[in-house]
Amino acid sequence: MITTAAATATPTPASAALYRRRLRTNRINLVLSMAAMAFGMIFLLWILVILFGKGFAALSPTLFTQTTPPPGSEGGLANAIFGSIVIVAAATFISTPIGIMAGIYLAEFGKDGWIARVTRFINDILLSAPSIVIGLFVYTVYVAPVQHFSGWAGSIALALIAVPVVVRTTENMLHLVPASLREAAVALGAPMWKVILMVTLRAVRGGVVTGILLAVARISGETAPLLFTALNNQFWSGDMNAPMANLPVVIFQFAMSPYEDWKTLAWGAALLITLTVLVLNILARTLFHQSATR
Amino acid sequence: MAFQTVVPRPEAQAQSLPPAAPKMSIRKLDFYYGKFQGLKDINLDIGERQVTAFIGPSGCGKSTLLRTLNRMYSLYPGQRAVGEIMFNGHNILHSRTDLNMLRAKVGMVFQKPTPFPMSIYDNIAFGVSLYETLSSRQMDERVEWALTKAAMWDEAKDKLKQSGMALSGGQQQRLCIARAVAVQPEMLLLDEPTSALDPISTAKIEELITELKQDYTVAIVTHNMQQAARVSDYTAYMYLGELIEFGATDAIFVKPKRRETEDYITGRFG
Repeated sequence: MITTAAATATPTPASAALYRRRLRTNRINLVLSMAAMAFGMIFLLWILVILFGKGFAALSPTLFTQTTPPPGSEGGLANAIFGSIVIVAAATFISTPIGIMAGIYLAEFGKDGWIARVTRFINDILLSAPSIVIGLFVYTVYVAPVQHFSGWAGSIALALIAVPVVVRTTENMLHLVPASLREAAVALGAPMWKVILMVTLRAVRGGVVTGILLAVARISGETAPLLFTALNNQFWSGDMNAPMANLPVVIFQFAMSPYEDWKTLAWGAALLITLTVLVLNILARTLFHQSATR
Repeated sequence: MAFQTVVPRPEAQAQSLPPAAPKMSIRKLDFYYGKFQGLKDINLDIGERQVTAFIGPSGCGKSTLLRTLNRMYSLYPGQRAVGEIMFNGHNILHSRTDLNMLRAKVGMVFQKPTPFPMSIYDNIAFGVSLYETLSSRQMDERVEWALTKAAMWDEAKDKLKQSGMALSGGQQQRLCIARAVAVQPEMLLLDEPTSALDPISTAKIEELITELKQDYTVAIVTHNMQQAARVSDYTAYMYLGELIEFGATDAIFVKPKRRETEDYITGRFG
């Protein structure tokens, strides 16, 4: 009955002390969590400040027109930018249909069956698999047998990283579709595949596209899987069957070199990737926001 | 169309039981959600081109019964029905029933308006194009016909290309009715179609139900007893999964035979 007394209008000395203690605890916790947030933000800002400071110095028109140079001469990143775009685009084209279809299976057909549960579990493992393991895997099953590095191998490795992301978001999005919408389409006599393609998937297409964009953002900065697969190429090459230049590996190689001009190019490449990922994330957020409010 | 046959006006024979020309005959129907039995030994005829209302307190099984009539429950593993529901000479509970065809003939409108994420026009064309191949002019005509049937044409004719999700709740529900009517089913199941709507939209939809029974057999679940009294020819009172009383609406509301029914409709219970 003490609680009832404390709740009344006139505070007893005991309840006032209790209240003060709670206020104090509240203040301490607030300060601690603000400090934790500041700690994280400071490092993030620090990274961005250094990246922008060093990267902007490297930005110039030749970055986009010339290929990666030998040490000591003029050059740009054109071949690496092109290679990154091609490798990531191919990976997206491979992973999107697989990911969406698997997500549809899990949400609409597999549900709680054992196949779906096992698939979900494996997908979660893939989702958190170290990317270097995926690179080594593709090296073993594709690069080693054909005996050369290639753009395709890079795309396959990146696709393996993207698939679980797309599977997960597609499934989660489809779970958001109210059962009533599905039933309404079924009630018209529509077969299940039509219900899914034309009604349920359509209802969450913004969310699914968001998932794809986030997957693209994730793979466009991956380095480890490309080291074992696409490797690098100092020259301009559009051949997906040959080693291909790409931004992450260029950063890896140039940043560790002793040459100042290579280091500058590495900063430029790092800034380009960061900006791309930033744009993709903003795009994904606005798209998702639009589809959520519509 | 098959709707030209002349049938006796339901009012003329409102006192006779069961309905003269049953569109659907339910016999010894039991329904199970897993181990729980949701419906117990239901026997009932749904008269052709009449409105049959199902009333009863929440959880009495009236929606469950409606969902067996188009086998909607088959979407969910663990739900099953035993017994006989005869429709056009077939027992629809038979495992070999073509569910898509059945649902094309037995349309359904739900409690919450469920417009598809597409234009008003496509909302209606979606169902039609499942089973018919129409030229674009024929499709235009069908969309206009369906929207007119659902008393929506005047409001919708200038925004057919707009999203169906942008309509008001009452308009969305009439769009859903238009969508169900557009595929020209033989029967319409309405699961509390007005419970999410304001009084004016409700009145419009009730008028619509009276219109629709010229051509269609209608089964409606409602929480609103006045609504059942206004729109239906026959009324079934259900309680705890059992059919307590079934008869002409006038008889049920004026002089119910069972004490339980009387308690419910006079508001002493439920």
